[in-house]
Amino acid sequence: MSEADPATAPQAAAAPRVVALVGNPNAGKSALFNALTGARQKIANYPGVTVERKSGRVALPDGTTAELIDLPGSYALDASSPDEEVTANVVMGRFAGEAAPDTIVLVLDAGNLEQHLVFAQEIIALKRPTVVALNMVDMAERDGLALDPAALADALGVPVVPTVAVRRRGLAELTAAIAASAGQDMTLRHKVERLGLTERRVAAHAMAAGAILSESHARRLHARLDKVLLHPWAGPLILFALLFVIFQAVFAWATPFADALEGVVGWLIDLTVATVPAGFVQDFITQGVLSGVGSVVVFLPQIVILFAFILAMEQSGYMARAAFIMDRLMAYVGLSGRSFIPLLSSFACAIPGIMATRSIADPKDRLTTILIAPLMTCSARLPVYAVIIAAFIPATAVGPGIGLQGLVLFGLYVAGIVGAMLAALVLRRTVTKGAASGFIMEMPKYQWPPLGDLLLGLWQRAWIFLRRAGTIIFTVTVVLWLLLSFPKAGPGESQSEASIAGQIASGLEVIVEPIGFNHEIALSLIPAMAAREVAVASLATTYAVDAADEDAQAQALGPRLAADWSLATALAFLAWFVLAPQCLSTIAVARRETNGWKWPMVMMGYLFGLAYIFAGLTYWTAVALGLG
Amino acid sequence: MTLDTLPPLTRAEIVSVDWTALAPDEAKRLQALGLDAGARVAIAHRGVFGGKDPIAVLIGRMTVALRRVHARAMTVREL
Repeated sequence: MSEADPATAPQAAAAPRVVALVGNPNAGKSALFNALTGARQKIANYPGVTVERKSGRVALPDGTTAELIDLPGSYALDASSPDEEVTANVVMGRFAGEAAPDTIVLVLDAGNLEQHLVFAQEIIALKRPTVVALNMVDMAERDGLALDPAALADALGVPVVPTVAVRRRGLAELTAAIAASAGQDMTLRHKVERLGLTERRVAAHAMAAGAILSESHARRLHARLDKVLLHPWAGPLILFALLFVIFQAVFAWATPFADALEGVVGWLIDLTVATVPAGFVQDFITQGVLSGVGSVVVFLPQIVILFAFILAMEQSGYMARAAFIMDRLMAYVGLSGRSFIPLLSSFACAIPGIMATRSIADPKDRLTTILIAPLMTCSARLPVYAVIIAAFIPATAVGPGIGLQGLVLFGLYVAGIVGAMLAALVLRRTVTKGAASGFIMEMPKYQWPPLGDLLLGLWQRAWIFLRRAGTIIFTVTVVLWLLLSFPKAGPGESQSEASIAGQIASGLEVIVEPIGFNHEIALSLIPAMAAREVAVASLATTYAVDAADEDAQAQALGPRLAADWSLATALAFLAWFVLAPQCLSTIAVARRETNGWKWPMVMMGYLFGLAYIFAGLTYWTAVALGLG
Repeated sequence: MTLDTLPPLTRAEIVSVDWTALAPDEAKRLQALGLDAGARVAIAHRGVFGGKDPIAVLIGRMTVALRRVHARAMTVREL
């Protein structure tokens, strides 16, 4: 981390004005950020911490452009989570490498003024140019509140602009107020110079009362919904039904899209064979690039569908209710409902899951959640599970509408969840020992998820996934293909064994042979460290490179595995993938989140250990049962 | 009487909070949410599947989830 360079400070004439969005959680800050910047957003990380830094450009009516940054929601400048610390440091100009904002846009929920005005006074008392966005005025009206923005502006001593971010109302007035904020008269703010929390709370009560013109006691929508969704018996049933629908959708709805993508990859391979002369270049494109990267890209539809549900749950306010319902279960293993949200995200990918743990205030809780997140069955395991199940598990029915293959897949998901819960239980009593964590969480108001924000969020997730496929997975697949292709095998020799990769795998084979793994598996485990789905790509590449002729090369991976592996080996391979932390990106993000190598090492150690033991137990049991 | 024993949907005022019974970070978070002496509260929901944790507390125009151990530190009187 470097100190802020004075030349890039906002005082320099050429630098754009920096405007920061600040406010309590659930003030509608992100929706306002999206409305002001549109799709022109940049997501990065703050140096040293992995709190997302969202920034974008916004055009002001005076013809200039400002850089808008969205700061994490906060209740006070006296921070109690890594998120809030970033907000406090940036706002006070203490964050190295980040200039103090020229203007603060303070976002308040019009329907929860009394609460939001407490933090607002703390910000306004900093005496920086400040504009208040009185957000979600439409929802406040729905709840029977009529507000007087002028009275609030008078009490706070700063301009107040009513906005409805999701309907893009009040944006022109807000940008005008930002443009005019430079020379604000700080003496107007004499009513907010209070020091203690209690004083600020009393003042907030008076200010809110002064700004509310009328208040009817209409029954609020969210109270009625909570009656059902937080009900001690109906609530959990609704949540579990929803989770069932989500997993059903991830598999069923994605299939046509995945098939279409697979068709495109196949068409590209045919096109390459037809147009590129046979030889090194053709092999490189078909075996290396298209088979490898293509086998990963086909999982895009599943990731998009899972994230669509997660984003909709978050934006509608239901996710906090899900955390409430899961809190009791999580408490049994020493965690809280807050851990449910990152763990659910980890079903798509452990990386956003681990990053989502930053909203967990308790450090031991957060660490435990990070350590168990890789056990959730992420979408990268799906290709591995799908290929092995299709090859080894007969497609017979075990009951009405329940197939054996689906049941095995379900069992693998359950094995991951049970493993994670047991791991949490043990970790909380050993390496992350500490007082049982609490659960304190504000339940946001329900709202219909704004479609634009949902699509923008989906696009950002899909783009991150495709970038990963285009960089890490591409590189690894190509390197593996090269290592597999050279040196060329002599007559009677197997290409994959004679190659450089084959010789490396022979070393590893000694270690994994006792748990039933063969040479090809050993070979696939190394590149699968880059990403689990590469295991499938590399098995396909290995068998393709070894194939005697064109006909054998065209044979699908499944039947070839079925002919080559025993059932015991296949089951051990599945058990390994339930537990093994085969993902360098996850380890890298865990290192960044925990600021060091200690915890990623603990994570790798315990997960590889468990994977080896359970793969072994699976193999030996299966052999004893005569399946070897 | 403490908040954890307050019957659901009964309006009450927090008389005092025993902050020493709570972890400092959690005390800070509860205070930030306005759960402090003088606040008017009611319990919306308690527990899942017949359990006693967590508790959904109505305060002002918010609903805040917390655990029984927090509610037990808050002395309330019915209004």
